[in-house]
Amino acid sequence: MHLAYPAVLAVLLFCTGLYGVLARRNAILVLMSVELMLNAVNLNLVAFDVWLRDTLHAGQALTLFTITIAAAEIGIGLAIVLLVYRNRGTSHIDRLRELAETGGTGGTDGTGRPAETDGPTVADATDNPADTRLTRGEATA
Amino acid sequence: MSATVSLAATATATAASTASGTPGFLSPTGVEILFLLVGLLTLGAAITAVTTRQLVHAALWLVVALGGIAVEYLLLSAEFIAWVQVLIYVGAVVVLLLFGLMLTRAPIGRSPDADSGNRPVALAVAVTAAAVLVTVVVDAFRTTWIDLENGAPQGTTDVTGRILFQHWVLPFEALSVLLLAALVGAIVLSRRGDGRNGTGAADGGER
Repeated sequence: MHLAYPAVLAVLLFCTGLYGVLARRNAILVLMSVELMLNAVNLNLVAFDVWLRDTLHAGQALTLFTITIAAAEIGIGLAIVLLVYRNRGTSHIDRLRELAETGGTGGTDGTGRPAETDGPTVADATDNPADTRLTRGEATA
Repeated sequence: MSATVSLAATATATAASTASGTPGFLSPTGVEILFLLVGLLTLGAAITAVTTRQLVHAALWLVVALGGIAVEYLLLSAEFIAWVQVLIYVGAVVVLLLFGLMLTRAPIGRSPDADSGNRPVALAVAVTAAAVLVTVVVDAFRTTWIDLENGAPQGTTDVTGRILFQHWVLPFEALSVLLLAALVGAIVLSRRGDGRNGTGAADGGER
C-alpha cells in the first residue's frame, strides 16, 4: 500500500477537525472536533509505524497512549463543560467572555464559586454580538 | 484480487531495495481500493459531523468516522489498535459526548446557532491547511510503499502486548496514574463545592 493514502487521509481528517474547532459554537462539538484531529494523528502514527517496521513499535505504543490521553481529556473536558453550563447556563463558547479584556460585560466577577449559586443562572445575558468576533479566539483558547 | 495481491507482493520485493521500482497509483491493489473507499466514507462522515446542524446527529456521524478509522487500522494490519479504537472511542467517548449533549440540554432538532460567526474564516483556514499539507505530503511520500504482505505480523495483540510490556512499561504505568488523576479531577470538578449532596454528586455518579 502506498504511504500516501493514509497520510493524505490523515491530513484531510485533521483539517476537518480544524474547521470544526474553529467554526463550532457548542463546546461539546468543539470537543468532538478535537477528537477528530487526535484520530488523524493516530492514523499517521500507525501508518508510519507499519511503514518503518520499527522494532520497538513506537508508533503503535504512542497511538495507544494518545487514545488514553484523549479519553482522559474528554472526561475532564466534559466535566468542565458541564460545570460551566451549570454556572453560566450556556455551553456556547462565544458567550463565555468573563476573561475578555475589551467589552467584558459579564454579570458576575468571574470568581463566583459553584457553592454560591444554587441553580443554573444565566449570568452573561448581556451579549453584544459585535464583540464576539474579537473575543472568540480567547474563549476557544 | 489474489492475482493483484501476488503481483503487488512481487513488486514490493523489488521495491525493497530501490525506491524507483514502486508500483504506480494507476494499478491499485485490493487493499488500496478498500482503503480508499473506507477513507472516503470516513472523510464524508467527519465532514458531516462538523457541519451538521443537528447536535445529536453530529455525535452519531462521529461514530461512523471513528469506526471507519478503526477499519483503516485493520487494513494497516494494526488489529489491536483497531479494537482499542472501537472499544474506547466508539464505545466510551461517543457515549460520554452524548451524555454531555444530554446534560447540557442540547436541542434535539435543527439548531440554527450551531456554527459561530467566524465560519468563513474557519473554512479558509482549513482549506488552506489542507491544500498545503496535501501538497507537501504527496510530494514527500509519492513513491513510498508500505510492505504489508511480507515479514512478521506487526500489529497483532501478541506483538503489541510484547512491546508494550517490555519496552514501554514505564510510560504505560505513568499513563495509568494520568488516568487516575483524570478520574479524580472529573469527580472533583463535577461535585458541588461544600460537600452538599445535591444534584452535582448525582451528575458525577452518572459520569
